[in-house]
Amino acid sequence: MAIPRKNIRNFCIIAHIDHGKSTLADRILELTDSVPLREMENQILDDMDLERERGITIKAHAVTLLYHAKDGQDYIFNLIDTPGHVDFNYEVSRSLAACEGAVLVVDASQGIEAQTLANTYLAVDAGLEIVPVINKIDLPSAQPEKVRHEIEDVIGIPADEAPCVSAKLGTNVGQVMEQIVKNVPPPKGDESAPLKALIFDSYYDAYKGAVAHVRVFDGTVKPGDVIRMMSAGGEFTVVECGYMRATQFEPADRLKAGDVGVISASIKDVREARVGDTVTLAANPAKEPLPGYRPAQPMVFCGVYPADGAKYPDLRDALEKLQLNDAALSFEPETSAALGFGFRCGFLGLLHMEVVQERLEREYGLDLITTAPSVVYHLRLTDGTTMKVDNPTNYPDPSKIAEADEPVADAHIYTPKDYIGSIMDLCQERRGTFLDMDYLDTDRVDIHYELPLNEIVYDFFDALKSRTRGYASFDYELSGYKKSSLVKLDILLNGEMVDALSFIIHTDKAYPRARKMVEKLKEKIPRQLFEVPIQACVGGRIIARETVKALRKDVLAKCYGGDISRKKKLLEKQKEGKKRMRQLGTVEVPQEAFMSVLKLDE
Amino acid sequence: MDGGSGRAFGLYLHVPFCRGKCPYCDFYSLRGTESASKKWNRRADTLYFGGGTPSLLGGKRITRIVNAARRGFGLENAEITLEANPEENLSGFFREIREAGVNRLSLGLQSADDGELRLLGRRHTAEQAARAVRDAQEAGIGNISLDLMLAVQGQTEQSLLRSIDFCARTGVSHVSAYLLKIEPRTAYWKNRAGLHLPDEDAAAALYLLACRELEARGYRQYEISNFAKPGCESRHNLKYWRCEEYLGLGPSAHSFLGGKRFHYERSTAGFLRGDAPVQDGKGGGFDEFAMLRLRLAGGLTDEACRARFGRPIPERIKKAARLYEPGGLTACAENGFHFTPKGFLLSNPLTAEILFAK
Repeated sequence: MAIPRKNIRNFCIIAHIDHGKSTLADRILELTDSVPLREMENQILDDMDLERERGITIKAHAVTLLYHAKDGQDYIFNLIDTPGHVDFNYEVSRSLAACEGAVLVVDASQGIEAQTLANTYLAVDAGLEIVPVINKIDLPSAQPEKVRHEIEDVIGIPADEAPCVSAKLGTNVGQVMEQIVKNVPPPKGDESAPLKALIFDSYYDAYKGAVAHVRVFDGTVKPGDVIRMMSAGGEFTVVECGYMRATQFEPADRLKAGDVGVISASIKDVREARVGDTVTLAANPAKEPLPGYRPAQPMVFCGVYPADGAKYPDLRDALEKLQLNDAALSFEPETSAALGFGFRCGFLGLLHMEVVQERLEREYGLDLITTAPSVVYHLRLTDGTTMKVDNPTNYPDPSKIAEADEPVADAHIYTPKDYIGSIMDLCQERRGTFLDMDYLDTDRVDIHYELPLNEIVYDFFDALKSRTRGYASFDYELSGYKKSSLVKLDILLNGEMVDALSFIIHTDKAYPRARKMVEKLKEKIPRQLFEVPIQACVGGRIIARETVKALRKDVLAKCYGGDISRKKKLLEKQKEGKKRMRQLGTVEVPQEAFMSVLKLDE
Repeated sequence: MDGGSGRAFGLYLHVPFCRGKCPYCDFYSLRGTESASKKWNRRADTLYFGGGTPSLLGGKRITRIVNAARRGFGLENAEITLEANPEENLSGFFREIREAGVNRLSLGLQSADDGELRLLGRRHTAEQAARAVRDAQEAGIGNISLDLMLAVQGQTEQSLLRSIDFCARTGVSHVSAYLLKIEPRTAYWKNRAGLHLPDEDAAAALYLLACRELEARGYRQYEISNFAKPGCESRHNLKYWRCEEYLGLGPSAHSFLGGKRFHYERSTAGFLRGDAPVQDGKGGGFDEFAMLRLRLAGGLTDEACRARFGRPIPERIKKAARLYEPGGLTACAENGFHFTPKGFLLSNPLTAEILFAK
C-alpha cells in the first residue's frame, strides 16, 4: 500500500455495551468496501461466538481499511477494536496507546455511561483526539441535543460537530469517516530509528504460533529480521508480516513507523508476546521500551474442577490451550476433598472469569464446578512474615495472624438520581466508604465509593442491577490494600468440613452469610438415609445450624407378578444419578444443588 | 410333555378380568370374561393365577387350565395358587378348584375395617372375608394368604392392629401387607388431592407396627411386604425375589427365561391374536440379582452370590452396608447382610446407596 504516512489514521471506538460500537464498525467496513457483501456477517469484528452473543468485545482486534475520502485522496484506516470492560483496563490502555484518535459513540437515548467515561478518560490521558458520535438517532426516545451537551459538560470536549448517526440504518456514517480524516492526526515516527513496535494484542494460530498485533512507532521490520521482546526477553526470527484486512491477511514486505499490522515469528505462545511489550530488533535495539508495560495481575481466583473427575486431563489441556491465547489467565493444580483434582485459576476480574468458564464449557465441552471466587488477601503473621492468600484452604490458624489487609477498589456508579438512596444503601451494606458525588446533569449522578473488592466479587453487579432496574452502570479499579478484620467461614455437613464451601469473609459479614449458606444447603440437600446436621463455623465456633431430616419411607412395596421392570428402571436411574452426585464428607449432594450453593444465587 | 429341561420354573397366568376396577389398582384388568393359555416346553413346579380376579374364570375353566398346565409343564408337587376376592359365596368354587389341584389361595382382604374397605372401593365386608377363609379351609385349602393394605384412608394404629388380629384369628398361614402407593392411571391418582392419607411418618409407623405385630403372631417377615408361618412362604413369589426363572402368560404377564426378560403387552386382544411378547433385554445381572435379594429378609449372602456368580459379595458393597448398621437400616454378618424393617422402608435409596457405593 503506497500511501504516505500523513494519510494513515489509527483510531479506536469507545462505546458502552449496546451503544452500537460493533454496528458502527460494520458500517465503516462497508463504506471502505472492505468486505464483500456476501461475506458480511453482522458485527464482523467480534468473531468469537461468545462475543457476538454477549455483544461485548473480549479480545482486541485490529483491521486495516482503505478509504477514499471526499478530498479525493486514499487513506489507510487502522481500526483498533478495544475491549470495553473494566477487567481489561490494561488491554484497553495498550490499544489506546496504539492510536492517535478515538471515536466516542454515545447512545442518543441513554447518554454517557460509566464505562464509556472511564475509557474516554483513559483515551484523553493517552493524548488521543476524541471524535464524538451520537448514535441511535432513529430511536423515538433519542435526545441528540441533550446528549451533545452532556458530552461537552461531562467530558469537556467540543461536540458541536459531532455527527448524529444511526449505525443501524447507516444514516450519516459518511460524516464519521470524514471527521476521522479531518480530526485524527496522522501518526508520527522515524523510520530510520531503531525499531519500536507496541504489541497491543496477540493471538494464537495453530500454524503460525503466537501472532502479535503491533503498532510500529519507530523503525521498520521485515521478514528475516531477528526481533527481541524487550520485557519478556525472547528473540525470534520474523517469518511474516503484513496487514489484517477485513476478511483476510495481506502480507507486506515490511512494516514501518506509523503502521498497524501483524508479525508472526514462530513464537510458541502468547505469553512470549505479551500485550504491552515492545518489539525491537536484536541487531539494532532501541535504548528503552515504550512506556506502560505491566505484567498481567490476576485479581480474582477460584477453583475450577471437572464435574466428572475423569475429565481432569481434558480440563488441563483446555486451560493450556486457552492460555496460548490469554496471557492473563493463570492456573495451577489443586485438590479438594469434595471436588477431587482441579485447578486454582486466576483472572483479571469477574467478567474474565465468566468468559473463561464459558469458553471451557462451550469450546471444550467440559462440565465444570467452580468454587466461590476469592480475592487476594495480604496477611502479616505473628512471626513477622507476610503471606498472600487467595484460597481459603491456605488460610492460617487465626492465632497466627497479626494483621490482615484486603484489596479495595475505587468505584464509580453512574445512575439516574432516583436511585441514589438505594445505591448508597447497597454500598453501605457492602462496607463501602463514600468518597464524593457529582451531578453529571440535572438527572444523573456519579457516585464515588471505595469498596472492598471481595464485596464486588460477591454478586455486587446483580444487586446493583436489581436495585436500579438496570439503569445504573458501574466501573471500578483496584486502588490498593486496607487493613481489615477477616475470618474463615467453614461449612460442616454431618460433622465433616467441606473444603470447597469454605471462604474468607469480613468479620461483620460472617453471621449473615453463614445463615444464608446453611439455609440454602438445607433447601438444596435432598433428605438422606440419615439426619444431616449443617453447621457453619468460624474458628471452631458454630455460628449457624440447620438440619436435614432423615428420609422415612421410599419403597416399592409391591413386586408381584414377576414385573420387576419398574424396580429395575429405578435402579438404573439411581445408578446414573449416583454419577451426578458430589460426595461432601459422608453426604451426597446432587451436582446442581452443590453449584447453586456455591453461587448462592437468589 | 417330553420332560422339559433344566430346573423347574414358575408358571404365572395373568387373568385380566375383575367385576370392577378398584380405585388404587394399576394391574392390568378388564371387566368381562375371556380365557387364554399357551404352551411352552418346560417343567414347572409352581403355578400362579394372578390378576385381575382369576376366580371369575369359574371352577370349570380353572380345572381345564390346571389340567392343561399339568400336561404341558408337569406340575409335580407344585404349589398352585389362585387369587380371589372374598365377594360372594365361594364354597362350591373352592371345592371345585381344590379338586383340580389348587392348594394355595390368596384372598384380597385389604382390611378388616368395613369403613376402610368402603374407602378402598372394595365390594366386600370383613364378615364376608372371614367366611371366605372358613369356606376355603373347609374345602381343604390349608395354605391361605390374606392381603392387607397399609397407610390407607382412615387407618389408625388401632384399626391396623384389629386387621392383623383378624388375620391371626382366621388361622391363615400367610399375610401380605403392602404400603398403599398412589399409582398413575388409577382413580386414586386422579382424585389424589382429595384423599386423606396418613403422612410419610405415620405411614412409616404403620408399616413398622405391622412388621412387629405380625412377627409377634408367628408370621415371620421374609420379604418387604410378606409374612408367613415357617414353611408357608410363597414358593412362586420367592422365585421372583431369588431371581429365578418363570414364564408369565396372559396380557401384561412378565417372564424371565433363558437369561432374558420379556412381557406381553397390556392388551387382551393382542395376546389372543398371538402378538409376540415385548423383549426387555437381558436379566439376571448382579445389580438385578442383588436388588431382588435385598427385598428378602435373608438379604444378600456370599453363598448365594457364589452359587450364582462364582464369587462372594464385593467388599465395597459389604462395607457400604455396614455404614447403615448403626442407624438400624441394615444388619450385617461376616457372610452377608440384610435390611431391617426400617431399612425396607427405605429400600429404594438404600439399595442404590449400597450397590453403587464408590
